[in-house]
Amino acid sequence: MQIGYSHDKRAYALCGVRLDGFVREDARRPGECIVTGMNSTPKTLYEKVWADHVVKSYEDGTDLLYVDRHLVQEVSSPQAFAGLEAAGRKIRRPDAHISVADHAVPTRDRAAALRDGLAARQVERLVQNTEKFGIPYIPMRDRRHGIVHVIGPELGFTLPGAVLVCGDSHTCTHGAFGAIAFGIGASECECVLATQTLRQRKQKTMRVLLEGRRPDGVEVKDFILAVISSIGVGGGVGYAIEYAGSAVRDLSMEQRMTLCNMSIEAGSRIGMVGPDDKTFDYLRGRPLAPAGQEWDAAVEAWRGLASEPDAVFDREVVIDVSTLAPFVSWGTTPEECSPITGRVPDPAEEPDDGRRRRLQRSLDYMALTPGMPLTDIRIDRVFIGSCTNGRIEDLRRAAAVVDGHRVADHVAAIVVPGSAAVRAQAEQEGLDRIFLEAGFEWRSSGCSMCVAMNDDRLSEGERCASTSNRNFEGRQGKGGRTHLMSPPMAAAAAISGRLADVRKLGI
Amino acid sequence: MKPFTTIESVAAFIDEDAIDTDIIFPARFLLLLDKAGLAKHAFHERRHAPALKQPFILDRAPFTAAEILVARKNFGTGSSREQAVWCLADFGIRCIIAESFGEIFFANCFKNGVLPIVKSGEELKAIRKAAGEEQKIEIDLVDRTIRFQDGRVMAFEVDDYRRDALLNGLDEIGSILRDDGDDIVRFEERQRGRSSWLHLDPQKLSTFADLGKEKILD
Ligand code: SF4
Repeated sequence: MQIGYSHDKRAYALCGVRLDGFVREDARRPGECIVTGMNSTPKTLYEKVWADHVVKSYEDGTDLLYVDRHLVQEVSSPQAFAGLEAAGRKIRRPDAHISVADHAVPTRDRAAALRDGLAARQVERLVQNTEKFGIPYIPMRDRRHGIVHVIGPELGFTLPGAVLVCGDSHTCTHGAFGAIAFGIGASECECVLATQTLRQRKQKTMRVLLEGRRPDGVEVKDFILAVISSIGVGGGVGYAIEYAGSAVRDLSMEQRMTLCNMSIEAGSRIGMVGPDDKTFDYLRGRPLAPAGQEWDAAVEAWRGLASEPDAVFDREVVIDVSTLAPFVSWGTTPEECSPITGRVPDPAEEPDDGRRRRLQRSLDYMALTPGMPLTDIRIDRVFIGSCTNGRIEDLRRAAAVVDGHRVADHVAAIVVPGSAAVRAQAEQEGLDRIFLEAGFEWRSSGCSMCVAMNDDRLSEGERCASTSNRNFEGRQGKGGRTHLMSPPMAAAAAISGRLADVRKLGI
Repeated sequence: MKPFTTIESVAAFIDEDAIDTDIIFPARFLLLLDKAGLAKHAFHERRHAPALKQPFILDRAPFTAAEILVARKNFGTGSSREQAVWCLADFGIRCIIAESFGEIFFANCFKNGVLPIVKSGEELKAIRKAAGEEQKIEIDLVDRTIRFQDGRVMAFEVDDYRRDALLNGLDEIGSILRDDGDDIVRFEERQRGRSSWLHLDPQKLSTFADLGKEKILD
């Protein structure tokens, strides 16, 4: 049968019978068309990647979804491996997994053994498990070490159109490449190890349109904090988000990763950006990315992944980024944030009972007075790093603010590159010297004070300007207080010794 | 997994939005390697806060024996740590009723014999009231109903396959391997032809041949 395609990319058999599917962009010659969906609705990026991975559909509307890639880390995997062993099961496809210890590892004096007995045991368990099951393990002092969500893309393990999972909620980061990437629990990790599949129900779709020109001093972190404060920490529950619009097209891959990374903070396990030339340029030549003819074939296929222009999303949110200011969080959920020009809110002005109590609790925990200007908040610590903002561009932008200044006397500040590659690149560019001369500590790669599972943590009552993603109670250490912000804003806070508007530093 | 059919118990109400998984199970305990025995770390900071006026609800009779937890919005939001469910299950919690849940937490519940139920508005209010009055509430998964002491009955929704899995204590991995193995093989063959780059061949993986051989200075 010969197949042609019409202007709107709908596929028709040339005998006149409508096939009712879509011709992918990569079909250029008659008779070579690839029909991606056999129904008439224009598809979104998410729906296309999903459809490509359905192994089978069950009667109840759930699908058995194929998983191409699985990142394994030390915290969520011991119980998964133990379950596998207890049931006497094998790993279905050892080539689909890579592993690294990022959460519990120290970020200094790595030549010395791990000091903390529990962390040492956990890392050791990962080494044993990956050896036993034949999965590559990237050691702490290897040049490829780093936070899972930083090294996946660096290695070219993360690819457009793939389904990628990890026992970590910030797996949504990888959606920046046009992959369906989501965090799963340890039981699901076990299921992926054993079957390479997960039984899932397709999510609804939400498009977040970011339009307009990004003002000076406003970072992607501010985009995503603005999205979260607008839809709320539960706003994305049940949805797969796609970020689109002119402001997203303009973003580098690094910035897109920051954006997608915090989708989970809006409740959505999945945040995606349609792949384009920037995506392909980033991936070209990466060790695990396709090469040669396979690369060309892959790029052709990836070009067809973008959402159809007339695809319908279940929900749409539009944000004009040209009106944004740098954000900081003041509460204990990521939606509790405001432009730095604002003040700490007053619970007395909150009419809803539940919300008033929640607000009061946040302010009590954060030890903040209603009505005080956010720029009056004095800080003790600064953390620049994490899978949200631990990439080379983040360090460059923070260093640009720090250059020639000193960290305030009462502030202890650290920079923790997201990976060994980021660290090496930064050192090549001399960023380490800028940070060190300003009084920052310059560390090795890992999650560090984002999650406080190693020895980098806040003490009771300490207050931190942090480029990480969660300001939950105790997240950076028991009793610690976190203010989320962009790398330049964290740098400005380090210099000022309090939360500060980076635009007013005169840099 | 312990099959779930019916439970009857008092319900502990946690009167707070956005109880995240860091609150339920603080990160520093994630270094523990087992699933068992985690109950003592559940809500650790809340239970051991210095300024506690009265013991945390789960440490107060009759709620020390509660099998039902009632919460508000966005319960279990945040990290994917399954420890948040393991510690509650270890405490004896079998059912959590809230206005909404963190999605990964929600999925994790079913893997561990814990039933999450979404309820809002007047219905959630009624449940909260019964919880506050220390009434026993009955959760019947067979009928998909919540029964109160005064005889009132309230229906709830749950996915069929998840309900079946809970009712029968199903081993999901086992059933996929048994029933869907051939489909998976066929899918993989198709995909290898269509998107070969999604399969990493030994040549590509040879990039890892020198893993750990050379230690970087740091
Ligand atoms: S940096 Fe933080 S958020 Fe990212 S993976 Fe590590 S602990 Fe999780």
